[in-house]
Amino acid sequence: MQKLKDFAHGALVPVLVLILWEACSRAGLFSAVVMPAPTAVAAKWWAYLLPAQEQEIGQSWLAWLFSGELLHDAYSSLYRVIAGFLIGAGLALPIGLLMGASNRIYALFNPLMQILRPIPPIAYIPLAILWFGLGNPPSFFLIAIGAFFPVLMNTIAGVRQVDGIYLRAARNLGVGQWTMFTRVILPAATPYILAGVRIGIGTAFIVVIVSEMIAVNDGLGFRILEAREFMWSDKIIAGMITIGLLGLFIDTAVSRLNNHLLRWHRGLEH
Amino acid sequence: MSSPILINNVQKIFKTPGKDVVALKDINLTIQPGEFVCLLGPSGCGKSTLLNAVAGFQPPSAGEITIDGRKILSPGPDRGMVFQEYALFPWMTVGQNIAFGLEVQKKDKAEIDLIVSQLLDLLHLKDFRDRFPKDLSGGMRQRVAIARVLALDSPIMLMDEPFGALDALTRRNLQDELLRIWEKLGKTILFVTHSIEESIYLADRIVVMTYRPGTVKRDQRVAMPRPRDPSSAAFNDLKRELGRLVMEEQQRHANDEMKMAAVD
Repeated sequence: MQKLKDFAHGALVPVLVLILWEACSRAGLFSAVVMPAPTAVAAKWWAYLLPAQEQEIGQSWLAWLFSGELLHDAYSSLYRVIAGFLIGAGLALPIGLLMGASNRIYALFNPLMQILRPIPPIAYIPLAILWFGLGNPPSFFLIAIGAFFPVLMNTIAGVRQVDGIYLRAARNLGVGQWTMFTRVILPAATPYILAGVRIGIGTAFIVVIVSEMIAVNDGLGFRILEAREFMWSDKIIAGMITIGLLGLFIDTAVSRLNNHLLRWHRGLEH
Repeated sequence: MSSPILINNVQKIFKTPGKDVVALKDINLTIQPGEFVCLLGPSGCGKSTLLNAVAGFQPPSAGEITIDGRKILSPGPDRGMVFQEYALFPWMTVGQNIAFGLEVQKKDKAEIDLIVSQLLDLLHLKDFRDRFPKDLSGGMRQRVAIARVLALDSPIMLMDEPFGALDALTRRNLQDELLRIWEKLGKTILFVTHSIEESIYLADRIVVMTYRPGTVKRDQRVAMPRPRDPSSAAFNDLKRELGRLVMEEQQRHANDEMKMAAVD
């Protein structure tokens, strides 16, 4: 009951805004091309979601479901985010661990990292196209850059803040260098690393939308840009809402993963 | 069984920008196998420094510590240490914490499992095997830390104010447990404390240390049979005597701090 009340309370303002928007549209206050009514956006979103054709004979149910534009686009965007993120984080993690663990390596690599870090991934677009042409590879490259630095910086910080008492306890137990790294330093740094992962995947999600506006012909970013060319503002907004939903989904998934991996952590109640 | 810990003319100097602090000076002690020795003194008397030197975390500046004819230069599982802050690995369960030292030694899984089960029994932790340290009270955590060291089956156990952060009742309870385990397993225990009562309750021998430079002020045998009664006359006579010694050093410590505050 209380939950229902909370939900109603939270829904109040959004619903009012929608009603006001709908009323203004119906009253003819804005042109339907510039600002379509929410009902028109919802209808478009539904049409965008549904499969384009009837299910063909022999076509699997899943394949048919994903033949709709929206799911196909969402899948393409998600795929790029995950692939790009894995490349970026996969490079950042070992480099960050080394830079965090060794002052010499840190001193060697830090200047380069500090020069590259402030360059926004978007600024790499011309190079990305020059180097990787069209299609997925330039997106992967841009997304990897977006994910790389947050994971790198947090991994370095995570390794550096490992409490000396754990290192002492481990040395006392006779732990060698490799075990110290894999079973003490790495897990002790995970709260920081996972915070970096969350930021990194958020950046990856921003970059995927931008990267789809340049070099590919599917994905949510591509779709809203395409819709603009036809002045389909209802589809633009429907696409934006989908981007929001996908972002929420990714963040929830990462947060669940965090809670599981950090179930030992004092700061978390589960 | 095992050989004594020989502490020979040990000196430890900490170099600081202003001046060098002599933390330990001319320490000579022989700790016999199976002996329960407490290092007692106010903060700054170097008792933890001495323990860390025996542990191998901070080798002495001069002199040497030898066990079995081997000079101690680095930490090792033959000298298990229990820390005041527990130092359990929070990402490992109770069982994994206890097993970790054995995994490092590449013991086989069945053997590790057996040892862990026995230790969980010995320390009354059976129901907590799969819990994480964050779910345990301070007393429970320290039991796990003791079990983790016992798993190494080292002849020597070093304890750095292990019960300092616990409430009085939990503390007494763990002291009794420790004595029970010590009597059962016959380990050599070197135990740092600033509690006079704790040292008399536990030790065969109490080494009272002076404040800066840390030297041995009194090497006191405690012959009272166990379990010792803290309200008995003999207990309190010794407590008064040691209290006087410790307070002299505490006073020097306090004077020193005042002086330093005045300079600031």
